[in-house]
Amino acid sequence: MTATTTLPGRRTATAGQRSKGTTGPLAWLVMPALVVFVVFAVLPLAGVLLLSFTHWDGIGAISFAGVANWLDTLKDPMMYHALWLTFVIMALSWLIQTPLSLLLGTFTAGSQKYRALLAVLYFLPLLLSSAAIAIAYKALLDPNFGLAAGLHLPILAQDWLGQPGLALGVVIFVVSWQFIPFHTLIYQGGVRQIPKSLYEAAEIDGAGRVKQFFYITVPQLKYTIITSSTLMVVGSLTYFDMIFVLTGGGPGNATRNLALDMYLTGFRANLMGPASVIAVILVVLGLALALFLQRLGGKDANKSQLEGA
Amino acid sequence: MDKKTSRRSFLSLAVLTPLAAWGLSACGTAGPGGGSSASAGSATMWSLSGQPNEGLRKDTVDAFNKANPDSQIKLTFFQNDAYKTKIKTAIGAGEAPTIIFGWGGGGLKTYAQAGQVIDLTSWFADNPKVKEKLFPSSFGAATVNGKIYALPTENVAPIIFFYNKDLFAKAGAQPPKTWDDLMALAKTFNDMGVAPISLGGQSRWTSMMWLEYLFDRIGGPEVFNAIFAGKANAWSDPAAIEALTKIQDLVSANGFIKGFSSITADSNADQALLYTGKAAMMLHGAWTYGSMKSDGGDFVTGGKLGWVNFPTVSGGKGDPKNTTGNPGQYLSISSKASEAEQTTAKKYFAEGLRTDAEIDSWIKNGQVPIVTGIEDKLAATPDKDFLTYVYNLAKNAPNFQQSWDQALSPTAAEALLNNIDQLFTKSITPQQFATNMNATLGQ
Repeated sequence: MTATTTLPGRRTATAGQRSKGTTGPLAWLVMPALVVFVVFAVLPLAGVLLLSFTHWDGIGAISFAGVANWLDTLKDPMMYHALWLTFVIMALSWLIQTPLSLLLGTFTAGSQKYRALLAVLYFLPLLLSSAAIAIAYKALLDPNFGLAAGLHLPILAQDWLGQPGLALGVVIFVVSWQFIPFHTLIYQGGVRQIPKSLYEAAEIDGAGRVKQFFYITVPQLKYTIITSSTLMVVGSLTYFDMIFVLTGGGPGNATRNLALDMYLTGFRANLMGPASVIAVILVVLGLALALFLQRLGGKDANKSQLEGA
Repeated sequence: MDKKTSRRSFLSLAVLTPLAAWGLSACGTAGPGGGSSASAGSATMWSLSGQPNEGLRKDTVDAFNKANPDSQIKLTFFQNDAYKTKIKTAIGAGEAPTIIFGWGGGGLKTYAQAGQVIDLTSWFADNPKVKEKLFPSSFGAATVNGKIYALPTENVAPIIFFYNKDLFAKAGAQPPKTWDDLMALAKTFNDMGVAPISLGGQSRWTSMMWLEYLFDRIGGPEVFNAIFAGKANAWSDPAAIEALTKIQDLVSANGFIKGFSSITADSNADQALLYTGKAAMMLHGAWTYGSMKSDGGDFVTGGKLGWVNFPTVSGGKGDPKNTTGNPGQYLSISSKASEAEQTTAKKYFAEGLRTDAEIDSWIKNGQVPIVTGIEDKLAATPDKDFLTYVYNLAKNAPNFQQSWDQALSPTAAEALLNNIDQLFTKSITPQQFATNMNATLGQ
């Protein structure tokens, strides 16, 4: 706070010299970030938007297609199937990840030594790449040579990645396994920020651990929950690498979510136009969801909730 | 046996993990060897990783580089699936290597039509010896509109019907001669508690091989030729519907191993099922012989691996000697490469390939090189039974159908593989399959 209050004072001191250029230097300071953002985000986005109105196989000449790609894609049952799957994965993985990481985050926020040790173990999946996780699970779930065969447990010898429902379940499980550590970390930080005095007061009032959790921890974590949910929801739109390696979208189209549909359309079927349409839909969806979640936090989302504590 | 397998799969996991991560991340980068960055006279070439062929490819290039100090070839390896995506992206971005490795057919056609690869017709006319030495059947997939755009190379790999002799002896059964035999065997082996057929269904092209043979056995080569020519409703041909129905009957009879759609061919798990005695039969490329030999203990050397022609179908029109698979691999030259780079590439095509050392290495790896007149060499190897069988199969086939996913355009091929996956898991009927695929004709 102190830094920002001194700034206006300094500025007025030099105001005489560069009254016109007060915003000048500041605008220049934005430039590096702005250039990176424009070159690597805005321009490709504009390029994709343009491509969505063209026919292109990725190799030959590009020809203008009008709105043909948009009409085809919006009529394509595959796109709606992929969209539906994306939402199913989003909803189910949120439902599984949020309570678990909230509880784990609260647990690991404690100062006990064994909790710190467990926390380190819980965070291990964070260190692995998605492709490695997918390959490992694929090997473990192999019905003939996987965990079931190794441990002689026939119950595990399901056709995990071969039955549509099971495969989707496995994808959601692996996504959760991979990302719960990350969200646990966020919640751990959030819980540690909650002033001890609140718990002390609650204890004097006779609130037990469960009541403390529901009446202090959860409400105090409101904005942490929104942050974590935004990451989960927007992130789930782009789940690609893990699913690509684990199932390749199969069996049939049972795990072909929108991001995978985009890749397969563009780079396997060589239809860059329709793939660009899907990409634009993904961007619009992502922005809309992020905005919606920001709204959910209320207008004062950035205000501290610790005031008066 | 069990322990050995699990240790091996763990090892391959440990090796594959970084590879796959690397493969995925490599998709995004420009990669080495853009055509313009190489110095004059030194060409770039991308090829496929994976032993034993990786070593063979490297040795061939190394030998050429050693013999030609002025014309060097810089070789980079990629994993199969990663390469397929990467080469398309690189060609589209004008960053292709000088020598483009591929499988001919529909993919080569898109490159040729976009003017990305040079016409080699006159080069073949100037070098008649090269053409004479190669299998004539290999040139079909290298030809677009009557012009040759690629040099057939490496090995010929028809799809072979393999079986486990031990399991057949235990069941007192004979390898199938007809489709009805096969359906009966499905019951025999299921009753024995052994999976009848091993299939890496998640890879999709593995399932496609069954349809390639069935279409041919029932309706002859004409059925796919009509599809290839883009004739309206070609997928609804009665022979096609019969083939699609028969394959679903086989799925319903539990002909394929339980959980086949979870199994991938990339991990060689489908081959492992055959040589560990968990499955009795397998339809797979001739290239799997080499890996079964190196991974399967004494399965191949002990004479437990058998092979026969694909069963006939009663009333079918196709010649039982017809085969399907990869008539070869193909090398093209990028039109974006400089004059000097192209000269080096052509020199490599003329002198570096089909050397005695290369041919011997292919044979040593249990594969049939794509050159004629090697009967004696094949007969002198420990694998002579198999190699001679493959050689004669490829040489005497009245029709050698190129793999569909390579013959068709990438757009149609992706739709095909997707629909095959759904056909084998019975999420669509043969009629729906035909309707979906008819919509892709001519794409």
